[in-house]
Amino acid sequence: MLKKHIEPSAEEIRDQKLYVQMGLTEKEYKIIVNKLIHRLPNYTEIGLFSGMWSEHCSYKNSKSILRKFWSDGSRVLQGPGEGAGVLDIDDGQAVVFKAESHNHPSFVEPYEGAATGVGGIIRDIFSMGAKPIASLDSLRFGDLDSQKNRFLLSQVVSGIANYGNCIGIPTVGGEIGFDDTYNGNPLVNVMCVGLMNKKDMETGRSKGLGNSIIYVGAKTGRDGINGATFASSEFSEKEEAERSAVQVGDPFMEKLLVDACLEITKYHSDILVGIQDMGAAGIVSSSAEMAAKANSGVDLNLDLVPKRESGMTPYEMMLSESQERMLLCVKKGHEDEVINIFKKYKLEAKVIGKVNDDGQYRLSFQDEIVCDIPTQSLVDDVPEYSHPIIKPKRLLKRTNDYYPAFDDTYQILKELLSQPTIASKNSIYRQYDSRVQANTVLSPGSDAAIVRIRHTNKSLAMTTDCNSRYIYLNPYVGGQIAVAEAARNIVASGGQPIGITDCLNFGNPDDSDSYYSMDQSVEGMSEACKKFDTPVIGGNVSLYNETDGNSIYPTPMVGMVGLIENNSNVMDQHAKKANDLVYVIGQTYDDFNGSELQKMLNKKISGDIKHFDLNEEYDNQKLVQNIIKEGLANSVHDVSEGGLGVALLKAYSKKD
Amino acid sequence: MRFAVISFPGSNCDNDLYYAIKDGIGENCDMVSSEDTNLNMYDVILLPGGFSFGDYLRSGAIASLSPIMKSIKEAANNGKIIIGICNGFQILTESHLLPGSLIKNNNMQFVSNWEKLSVSNNQTIFTNEYKKNEQINIPVAHGEGHYYCDQDTLASLKDNHQIVFTYNNNPNGSISDIAGIVNKEGNVLGMMPHPERAVEDILGSKDGLKFFKSILNHKVRS
Repeated sequence: MLKKHIEPSAEEIRDQKLYVQMGLTEKEYKIIVNKLIHRLPNYTEIGLFSGMWSEHCSYKNSKSILRKFWSDGSRVLQGPGEGAGVLDIDDGQAVVFKAESHNHPSFVEPYEGAATGVGGIIRDIFSMGAKPIASLDSLRFGDLDSQKNRFLLSQVVSGIANYGNCIGIPTVGGEIGFDDTYNGNPLVNVMCVGLMNKKDMETGRSKGLGNSIIYVGAKTGRDGINGATFASSEFSEKEEAERSAVQVGDPFMEKLLVDACLEITKYHSDILVGIQDMGAAGIVSSSAEMAAKANSGVDLNLDLVPKRESGMTPYEMMLSESQERMLLCVKKGHEDEVINIFKKYKLEAKVIGKVNDDGQYRLSFQDEIVCDIPTQSLVDDVPEYSHPIIKPKRLLKRTNDYYPAFDDTYQILKELLSQPTIASKNSIYRQYDSRVQANTVLSPGSDAAIVRIRHTNKSLAMTTDCNSRYIYLNPYVGGQIAVAEAARNIVASGGQPIGITDCLNFGNPDDSDSYYSMDQSVEGMSEACKKFDTPVIGGNVSLYNETDGNSIYPTPMVGMVGLIENNSNVMDQHAKKANDLVYVIGQTYDDFNGSELQKMLNKKISGDIKHFDLNEEYDNQKLVQNIIKEGLANSVHDVSEGGLGVALLKAYSKKD
Repeated sequence: MRFAVISFPGSNCDNDLYYAIKDGIGENCDMVSSEDTNLNMYDVILLPGGFSFGDYLRSGAIASLSPIMKSIKEAANNGKIIIGICNGFQILTESHLLPGSLIKNNNMQFVSNWEKLSVSNNQTIFTNEYKKNEQINIPVAHGEGHYYCDQDTLASLKDNHQIVFTYNNNPNGSISDIAGIVNKEGNVLGMMPHPERAVEDILGSKDGLKFFKSILNHKVRS
């Protein structure tokens, strides 16, 4: 009973307001005490609330905005709310994808932060019953002049490479941008795409009285305790000391988990009730969410949780974010079948609890009940916050349009090409195994990556995109452009865009500029998604991306997947033959506001986005699709950062 | 011919090899667990790429102690065809079925790229469909692909024509640009590049297909 001496009592938590340092507000504490559990929560219970009610787990600050996303469409089999979204791609198959951010951990410990980001998103995909077939990374760093930023870049890239390469999922694409806005706050967004037969789809649910809750994978240690709360606060320089909130990854363990879980979802789905990854807020989020989604409750015996360290308290066990762990709900009487499958893969699986019929979330530890609260209170009763939408002053008064003045076009173009955002990223993506699984048609270095679907004549095109400078200058139109540009990548590669996932990277939501930008960019994105028929089927929100009060540019990253119905439509960006004609599709205006050129010559960006018309964009893309289908094009390249000059040079440069 | 692809925990190119055999050359192929001990029914045994046992300790080191390795050594001694690709090559050197060892790439980074290889010896079980010095396009993907051996071993590799593939643009610092070798008897091959990723035009090259087809020309001793 050591813990009683270490842990504060329920009264001490109240009197000393210990919940505040756990990230809960006074008002939230009162709701818990007066409305939800009608008594004072003990240390374990308040810990669970702090994790589950964090922005990272509950989206309490962003939910009202996320509802604006358009998530319908005829292909949607699973929209937001599960591990990942699912789209029908015909012939009995479905594509599963999701993106997730790991920004905060990657700043504190870039190698492990990025690696575990990859690990986490992969678990989301195979927990749906899908085989992960590709991953992409959308990265943002500050100026490469700084040694710290170069260190972050190299460590993040090695973290992604080592994890992804080892687990055998090709890293096929993504993008990397550089801007001083990310100096104190790099962005590491990872997207994973999976493929499955429609009939193999699983969801994260626990139900059926007496059915077993099975824990499998790595043992629980003291790493990443309450990382969800950590990710839901701003940084200050001194908090760099929060190293224990970052987890350590083991890709080998994850590879075993993927293989074992896919065997179970594919061949033993009759005894599997539900499966979910233990991500942010570890055991509590997975077990509580699975039960809450099915309106049930669970009794867990924490003495049975496999532990890596001795003397762990219930608080530590429940909120640990140790990696490579999954939670399954399995039909009563079939536990040994499942445990034996895991054994074959050298994995330890353990029954740690049962589904109950009173809806309570009940934890026992050393013959004592240490938590007994309604399951719904952790998941569904989280207060929602919407903030007033106020246009920031900087957007009310527009500065003049920017027109560059220079004499030596050749020199300027040369300088543009050497900007880190535009220059070849071959030195980075050659560290990623982009061809394992032997399905990669187009690897990094073209507009979109393409992965063929084996034993069919179809392929999937995928891309990530976001020009945060445009969103900073005009959140609504910038949001439209983010989706349009992603679609342009897909269309240029011969695909039909079918859906998106997103990572909404913003600053503190209490800051009206951040909140306004989030609201408006989501409106713009959603509008574009409707136009392109690309529903938003899942995603993630990362707020508080600021250090010492400096927020990043609003960066809602778009991860888009497209379907190539016929592999003869596959296009890359490289010009093929002499004397082929070059066509520019769409109008070229004097648009320099927010351009790479403005940033390069002026060191800052300003002005508004002048010419962007969603309908025109859509029509142009349709035209390109038809040109490709008619077999008239030998290559297609999207014009983006650096404009037409850079696009032409890239189309005519040698393949990396 | 019957092919076996050995799956070690952490292998990740086992499926790719399986499809190269099944779909690429239309032969029978089974996936066999590294925990098994019987390979009697197979003519060709393939050790795939990946990160067996996470490549913890040293690439291929733990895998070389798997239960299946005893049967693989027996099969090798009996003249059966053994192929190790990437991590499989590392397992074969760790098991001393092939000389030398594979160490970290010179630049200390993982390298994933298309590489031009030269077929240095086309008189082997694995390369008889290629022309001598044929230039082929095969991807590599490895962090520890720098082939190293002492000067005596290198001399004997050269004398016995055991160097089968060499890199045109050495991506990892391998001694004498070595990309693949065979044992003295010629029935065990190890190579770092991945021919199984180059068996269809849509994947960017089908130069790897001749590698697998070559094996079919070999008469099975019964």
